[in-house]
Amino acid sequence: MSADLNAFVTEERIEGADDGPLAGRTVAVKDNISTEGVRTTCGSEMLADYVPPYDATVVERVKEAGATIVGKANMDEFGMGTTTETSAFGPTRNPVETDRVPGGSSGGSAAAVAAGEADLALGSDTGGSIRCPAAFCGVVGIKPTYGLVSRYGLVAYANSLEQIGPIAPTVEEAAELLDVIAGPDPNDATTRFDDEDAAGWAAGDEHPADAATYADAADGDVDGLEIAVPNELVEGADEGVVETFYDALDDLEAQGASYHEVSLPCVEYAVEAYYVIAMGEASSNLARFDGVRYGVSGGFDGDWNEAFAASRDQGFGEEVKRRVLLGTYALSAGYHDKYYRKAQDARAWIKRDFDEALSEADVLATPTMPVKPFRLGESLDDPLRMYLADANTTPVNLADLPAISVPAGESEGLPVGMQFVGPAFGEERVIRAASALE
Amino acid sequence: MSDAEEEPESVDPETVRHVAGLARVDLDEGDVERFADQFADILGYFETLDEVPEVDRDADLANVLRPDEERESLSQEEALANAPESEEGYFKGPKVS
Repeated sequence: MSADLNAFVTEERIEGADDGPLAGRTVAVKDNISTEGVRTTCGSEMLADYVPPYDATVVERVKEAGATIVGKANMDEFGMGTTTETSAFGPTRNPVETDRVPGGSSGGSAAAVAAGEADLALGSDTGGSIRCPAAFCGVVGIKPTYGLVSRYGLVAYANSLEQIGPIAPTVEEAAELLDVIAGPDPNDATTRFDDEDAAGWAAGDEHPADAATYADAADGDVDGLEIAVPNELVEGADEGVVETFYDALDDLEAQGASYHEVSLPCVEYAVEAYYVIAMGEASSNLARFDGVRYGVSGGFDGDWNEAFAASRDQGFGEEVKRRVLLGTYALSAGYHDKYYRKAQDARAWIKRDFDEALSEADVLATPTMPVKPFRLGESLDDPLRMYLADANTTPVNLADLPAISVPAGESEGLPVGMQFVGPAFGEERVIRAASALE
Repeated sequence: MSDAEEEPESVDPETVRHVAGLARVDLDEGDVERFADQFADILGYFETLDEVPEVDRDADLANVLRPDEERESLSQEEALANAPESEEGYFKGPKVS
């Protein structure tokens, strides 16, 4: 089964502590999260032989919690993709229907959990990369609020957008893994609420994860829950997806929740804004891959620039080159104001409108993906089509908010995911809402 | 700024080569042609950002800094372990000019 799905780039066991909250559980770790002594490829030829000298903070925490890591999960190269087909190590297949993609970019993580090859998994979500594969494989995925989980040891693609998060068969299990990985980390300044010497620190400040037990929130109690449904994120979706989505809302209504529709015109610009910002950050972050400190050597024939360009031609796949080039273009003299500045305006607009919608509702609900899982190869030649599939997930990263994808039902035998979005550090709310659908 | 006023309805191969040069990525001719076509589509789509109003960005954030203290770091051996080539404790790279 394992070889068929290609869920792992590297299958290697890393034993954790003898006991702890995750004792006896197995965890798949996305291959852009550093594991000391075990190669971490990011799904790229560039890092095919890269062996990190240290563990990511989340890996340390999972091991301390007693879990056994069973392997490094396949992914779109550097997280750049929505299908796990851009991996240099071949595509992962969807265990639900093996001629379909598992979604991406954390496709190996979701496929491993859905197929029972791991009890739990870690993914990373820059524009939907946890929620999309969770939805396509029929499992649960959580994208935490920016700053809830340490990114130390996560190989950066677009730092202002990405978070590490859990994938699991049930909401409660995903929440248990979140309890283990969430919390402040001196090695990631964006998680810090705990440093009394820091500027901006106020007495009584604590990290939100210190005050919460996320697993306890999976109690299925949605009596009185008010849900807002953004029209723009439902209208464009496939018919079967929309039907399944409204059936799930009816189910919640029968349990005492209520919903109203809202209009958020800002989301029409989310995909564009997301790609401009993510590509811009990628073009800068991936400049470190020069074939000198790590990666594919560019040789010693030419000067530094020639060797650097040769290394990156050999080491990077097509989607990575496309994004690095487009990011370089969008940030170059003359175009910065036109693309990057406007994208930051769109980001601020989306953040403001989501905060406003969440002041009149407990959570927002949308289909996680507007489409059902693609067939393998279907979207590869048309990058723009692949980008547009991220319409419902990217606004959440732009707004720095928490979201969960939970199975809502099936359409023609394929899983459909429901996404709940909550206010910043409102993970308990989205966990509670999602658990009512199980 | 003047360049930005022109709408990139199509992207010519020379632009793709120029950007690839800035990004230090070698491309073969097939890549250049394909990227020129795709970039026209994608950049055309990004044009809709023109419709986005100016929005106040008043993020309430503070820098968090730790005291600058000496602490353990990677050994020289560990730092060099992933380098394709090293020599006498240094990274080995191509000539600079």
